[in-house]
Formats: sequence, C-alpha cells, structure tokens
Amino acid sequence: MTTTTRPRLLDRRLALHPQVALRPEPFGALAYHYGNRKLVFLRHPDIVRVVNSLDEHDTLSDTLRACDIDEARWPSFERALTSLTASEMLHDRTG
Amino acid sequence: MDETTVAAETETDLSSDVADAFLDEELLVEEISIDGMCGVY
Amino acid sequence: MTALVDQLKGGLDAPICLTWELTYACNLECVHCLSSSGRRDPRELTTDEAKAVLDELQELQVFYINIGGGEPMIRRDFFELLDYSIERGIGVKFSTNGAFIDAEKAERLAAMDYLDIQISLDGTDAVTNDAVRGEGSYDTAIRAMNHLRDAGFGLFKISVVVTRHNVDQLDEFKALADSFGAQLRITRLRPSGRGADSWHDLHPTNAQQRQIYEWLLAHGDDVLTGDSFFHLNALGEEPLPGLNMCGAGRVVCLIDPIGDVYACPFVIHDEFKAGSVRDEGGFARVWKSSELFAELREPQSAGACASCGSYDACQGGCMAAKFFVGIPLDGPDPECVGGHGEAAMLAASASTKPRPMMDHSKPARVATPDRVPVTIGRR
Repeated sequence: MTTTTRPRLLDRRLALHPQVALRPEPFGALAYHYGNRKLVFLRHPDIVRVVNSLDEHDTLSDTLRACDIDEARWPSFERALTSLTASEMLHDRTG
Repeated sequence: MDETTVAAETETDLSSDVADAFLDEELLVEEISIDGMCGVY
Repeated sequence: MTALVDQLKGGLDAPICLTWELTYACNLECVHCLSSSGRRDPRELTTDEAKAVLDELQELQVFYINIGGGEPMIRRDFFELLDYSIERGIGVKFSTNGAFIDAEKAERLAAMDYLDIQISLDGTDAVTNDAVRGEGSYDTAIRAMNHLRDAGFGLFKISVVVTRHNVDQLDEFKALADSFGAQLRITRLRPSGRGADSWHDLHPTNAQQRQIYEWLLAHGDDVLTGDSFFHLNALGEEPLPGLNMCGAGRVVCLIDPIGDVYACPFVIHDEFKAGSVRDEGGFARVWKSSELFAELREPQSAGACASCGSYDACQGGCMAAKFFVGIPLDGPDPECVGGHGEAAMLAASASTKPRPMMDHSKPARVATPDRVPVTIGRR
C-alpha cells in the first residue's frame, strides 16, 4: 500500500521565496511578497532569525535547534511557519 | 507529549497555566493588508 | 505583545508604501478633485529630482509607491520613472483616468514587472459619472479598461468615490468590475481640494451611510475600501474588514508634485505639511524627524469624543474630513453616524474653515451640467 503523505513541516527544507523582501523593524521584520502583494509582520526577533537561517540548515527542525528555540515554543513556530508557507512567503527549497 | 513538557507541568499550577497560555498565544506572524489604506491604491 | 495596529500607530522607521502625486496637470477637472488639479505647477520636481527620491526610497526599503496626480501619465518621463522605480525593487501602483492608455500603452504596461493600475470611475453610466468627472470621461475609462483586458494586463482595480448619486450603483459597480475580472475599490469623499466646494451636495446622507455600511459587510471581503469607512463602524457590532486605522504619517504619507511631504493626499495644506524632499536630509529626514509626523505618532486624544461609547470603533473618524469643514481635530467627524458632526459643523464658523493653500484648477471652469448643483467660481 502506498500513500503519498505530505512531509510534516518540521522535516521540510524551506527557503524564503525569491520574490520576498524582508525589512528589519524594531519589533522584528516586515515581509512583502512582490508576486502576490501580501504583507506579513514577523512580530518577534526570534522568528526573523529562524527565517533568515533556513538556508544554512537542512530541515526546519534543524534550523529551530540551531537557533536555540526552546522546544516548548516549537508549536508557535510551526503555526507561524505554516502561515508563512500558506502565504507563499516560504517555499520548499529546490535542490 | 515528551518528557520536558511533562516536567514543566509539575510546577505550580498557576505558573504553568500562565506559561502554557503564553505559548499558545505567541503570535509570531501576522498577515495584514493595507491595500487600499487611505490614499493608497 | 502590543497589538499590531498600536504598533503601526506609533509609526514605522520607513513607510510601507507612500502616495506620490507626480503632477498637478490633468486633462480632466473632476468636481471633487482632492488635489484641485488641472494646471501643471512650474515648481514640479524634475526627472533627476524624482529619481533622487526613488534612490532614497530604495534605501529605506519602501516596498511600493502609489502614483497619482492630476493625471500622472501626462508627465513625459512617466515611463522612465516607472522603469527606474521597478528596477530598484520599488513596485508601482498608479491611479489614472485612462485617457492615455491606448492599445500600445496597454501592451507596454502589460509587459512590465510589478505594476498595478487603478482606473477611476464614479458612475456605472455616463450620465452619473460624467456629472462629476466631465463629459466623455466614462467612455474614456471603459476604453482604457478594454485596452488593458485586450493586452492581457491581468488584474486591475476600478476605484470609485462614493457620492450621494452613485451609492445606489454599488451592486452594478461590483458587476462591472467582475465583468472585467477587475477588483473594485470604493473610497470616501473628503471635503478636500475642489471637494470642499461640492462636498455638501455630494456626500452621502445618513441613510446612505448605513446603506454603504451594510453593503460593505456583505461584500467587503472582495472589495477594497481605502480603509476609509471605519467611521461607519459605530453603526453596528461588526467592524468592517480592514485595519480600520488612519495610517497618515505613520505607515504612509504623500509626496506632492513639487516635492512637499504631507501626512496624506487629503490634507494638502500647511497644517499637515511635514517638510519637503528638497530640504536638507531629503525625504528620509522628513519621515523620521518632522514635528508633524512625531505628533501624529503620539497617542491621539479622544477629546470631545471621549465620552461616546462608539469611539473605540470609529476612532473619531477622519482628520481630513474634520479639518476642511472647520471642526477641531479632537472633535467629531462631520459624518459622525451618531449625528454629533452636524452640531460641530454649525459651530464651525466661516472664519474657522481653512482656505485651500493651492489651487491648480484651470481658470474659468464651466459649471457641470444637470446632476450636481454646485456653485463654481474662481477662488
């Protein structure tokens, strides 16, 4: 029996979409997607760090660990990163 | 739930409730639209 | 964590986007024109000055600009500035009456990277529209929309200023937008620019405001509003979709054709002038350090509205609307749904009502026919 299951977010290799500009703000950052015109507030410096570090690590869970994000906070980060992929700010890395 | 979370819950009820509430509510990203904010096209 | 809206009200280090009126020149003379446009101002920014502003905006990482006027396509360097902006990662959205969008221009625009277009229209038939925008303007707008569609431009916006005479056409506007695959945007009429003369005859009645509110509740997810109807939130329990806040001087601002920086396009008046891009330090210094913007980024006083239970929902309304009818800024909105604006307007004498600072209207305007009984004279 084969089932195609979507890999869970923590196992995915994510990257910032090339059409997204990330602008630092005192509270975190603003992300603007030039393709779909969406605007997202990244409301904490830790989520900004994670987004900026995605490229340097393999999976998302590797990135969260490398950024010293307490595992108790991972659900909030997963929610946030799910939302970022839904708005196409993040996508699966190619290659 | 893993052991670290279980360990946290053995602390006093008040602080773990507060801690859980904070974690549940940590809103790290928020999508907004200013499309058509006044004077904006 | 502070509420997002409160964070925005405190101002950002750079605008998210801003409105830039490229020229006061216009081929039309709409009776409600917020910038009183018609004639070019000889002090207009040169191409080089405009490019210098774009360089600054690039450094500030402003995401996009909203170009308007007057009619921005009248500027000879219009496409040059568009290209310059887009090349530097600053997206362009522009507002036009469509007179200069022929088949060839439509193709050119369709080929450009990040570019959004908004066509202005104030009636779903020529009679209603042209009464406000001038004879032939309805046909001009529809023709431009057809050219954009034929060129495969994709999604564009149709922008409507809601008046007493077109409020019954909201469903038709939606249908028109749908027929073009376009997005509808409806915005509030302010007594700004030439709007000061026509506002009393054109602004929606109280009953019509409720009509707008209910229509937006039913359709608001698909329709943009210029976030300009939040004063109607006091009509009900359900807030309208959108941020429901004024972003002037906090999130957005205006650069006018001669380089003056104002809080927003509806307050082109010294009282709301923050500085000039021609000043030392350019636009960046004005955005970051002007006194006016610092004031706007302070928490605003509810003033006379403090005791009203609706203040949280309506936030005292629009400062431009208050300013140009002579109501103090901490007073009620002239269209306050609680009726407090009417008394405030009666109290505002002719001497407190501000005079327009600039008028770029063409001389000897002709009174518009039929619908709008406006008295027009040379100011």
